[in-house]
Amino acid sequence: MITRRDFCKKTMLVAGGLSLPLAALEIFDPKKLLAEKADKARVRWVFLVDTHKCVGCGFCVKACKLENELPLEANVARTWVERYVVTRDGRIYADTPNAGRDGFTNDKIALGLGKYQQVKKENIEKAFFVPKLCNQCENPPCVQVCPVGATYQTPDGVVLVDRSWCIGCGYCVMACPYGMRFFHPQYRVVDKCNFCYHRISNGMKTACMDACPFGARRIGNIKDPGDPVTKIIMRERVGVLKDEYGTKPQVYYLGLSKEVK
Amino acid sequence: MVHGELWTVKEFFVYPNEYIYWSIQIVMYPFMTGLVAGAFVLSSLYHVFGIKQLKDIARFSLVFSFALLPVAMMPLMLHLQQPLRNYEVMATPHFTSAIAAFGIVFSTYAMIVASELWFVYRKHFVETALSLGRKTHKGPVEFFRYLLFSALTLGAYDVSGEALHKDEKAVKVLAGVGIPVACFLHGYAGFIFGSVKANALWMTPLMPVIFICSAVVSGIALCMLTYILTMEIRKFIVGWKRKRYPTLSSQEESQIKSVEAHVVNITSRYLLMFMILAITLELLDLIFRGYTAVKSWDILRNLIYGKDFTNIFILQYGLGNLLPFILFLLPRLTIKRAALGSMLMLMGVFMMRWNVVIGGQSFSSSFAGFMHYHLPLIPHDLETLKEGLVGALAVGAMPFILFWILAKIFPLFGEEKSS
Repeated sequence: MITRRDFCKKTMLVAGGLSLPLAALEIFDPKKLLAEKADKARVRWVFLVDTHKCVGCGFCVKACKLENELPLEANVARTWVERYVVTRDGRIYADTPNAGRDGFTNDKIALGLGKYQQVKKENIEKAFFVPKLCNQCENPPCVQVCPVGATYQTPDGVVLVDRSWCIGCGYCVMACPYGMRFFHPQYRVVDKCNFCYHRISNGMKTACMDACPFGARRIGNIKDPGDPVTKIIMRERVGVLKDEYGTKPQVYYLGLSKEVK
Repeated sequence: MVHGELWTVKEFFVYPNEYIYWSIQIVMYPFMTGLVAGAFVLSSLYHVFGIKQLKDIARFSLVFSFALLPVAMMPLMLHLQQPLRNYEVMATPHFTSAIAAFGIVFSTYAMIVASELWFVYRKHFVETALSLGRKTHKGPVEFFRYLLFSALTLGAYDVSGEALHKDEKAVKVLAGVGIPVACFLHGYAGFIFGSVKANALWMTPLMPVIFICSAVVSGIALCMLTYILTMEIRKFIVGWKRKRYPTLSSQEESQIKSVEAHVVNITSRYLLMFMILAITLELLDLIFRGYTAVKSWDILRNLIYGKDFTNIFILQYGLGNLLPFILFLLPRLTIKRAALGSMLMLMGVFMMRWNVVIGGQSFSSSFAGFMHYHLPLIPHDLETLKEGLVGALAVGAMPFILFWILAKIFPLFGEEKSS
């Protein structure tokens, strides 16, 4: 016959005995171990686009498609270039034919449905190009909404997609305010710009950056105060796209204009 | 060709990756879950709140709700680009996502409906199993039925007055728990849309409530329509029998008629009530958007009053809401008018789903361009089969097939005959 005192004693013994190994789980949390090593998480990738330098040649778009195995003729792109034309009467025209892949050799502006708009040169008040790529948001809505966790943020800030995990529901495509995500025509899972993560992790530059003849695109580490890109972001007047969504985008723009969508 | 490119036509400035990715099947998804939830709420009106006039349609709509359940998942499966990985939503849920809890909410609801159904029909299972068991010579069909009904009793053969009273209590509790869960299931579908901050048309906290109200409307309308159809078929059969054997009395036929008219009358009142609630909320949303006129209002106004005017104001509000509203409100409601009214209401709710899902993707996130959706009518590959008219019709027809099969196990009008 077990007494009350014995029962209490044994209960405490069992509870104590169980909590010890459970505490060990806490001690060996791999994330914490990684964080304690400190040297690894000293990187936060950011991007700097100098729109003044972009001429709309489209080399970046081509290079990106080749590097990331996206068919050239597929009507989707991990990065693209937009053209903005503002006329004297305040009209704003914008287009990105074939994502700007072949450059902007035609001065007619594509309106969709096979229509084009010719704007007379003397009517143009200003015109410029804006390259776009994934903003690798600090607060990425795409990661939040993925029902299976197939898209995730790396410790150095880049948002990646696990092709073997994605179920192809498209919720992340809906959640991105920048329209960065699409379905890969071959793999049939979601695809997006990842700052050429396979390259930057190995000390290389992104494919678009290498392809840009004018240095309009630059990648940097915002956690390194000595990084030239960080210096520009800290000292110059830079802008980001659509910060009203609270996504905290990490692609910074020099010379961003209010017309940019 | 990229996914979505086939049925999307772009106009003005649209980002290169933007297409209508959520197509007809995602219109079907909230429509079908709405029907499930609505049918359940209708059956609960009797079971929980004891609205006796709805007794006849309560069983009917409970079985129908059960038939609709598996179909609510079908559009999601047909829409996934990797349908074989569907189990990952249950296996590795990522709970910050609104979709991640779908499996849990859905299966909870399914279990509630299934167990309620079991308690309602337990007496029938026991009686059928016992009467079949007493037979010494069973044909193969009868033997199968005997096995099926014996299994369905789950070994609980006690049908004493006390046990049946307990059953009734259980039904009441389950129906009571079921109402919030049904509302959650569907409000949750609304949340999936309403929480997408990147979509100006979807993002409103009213979305789940609007979805629930229109869900109840569509559920009641469909139950009423199917009820009328079933009753008409019964009437036809009775009439046909009487023609062959003129000695039969006409009592049954007139009885069916009066029951039908009575049920339709009462149900239509609840239908109108929920419809007023749904429209009020929808209009509130519209007025609020126009009044606050935030950045996205320019493109939304263009969409709502221009591009989608026919879809929203003529098909949804006009033919789908206002016309049936008048049809139901006019005095001396006839069966035919009620059937027409419910059909129009179903169309109205479907158009509402269409205008939310397709309409929400009909404008670019750049707020400077539009996308037009062209539903693939004739399938020429797997994608156009799944996400085209054929796929949608398959999803739409499925509940009726299941209902027909289920009606063989769960007699819809059983109690009436015995009384």
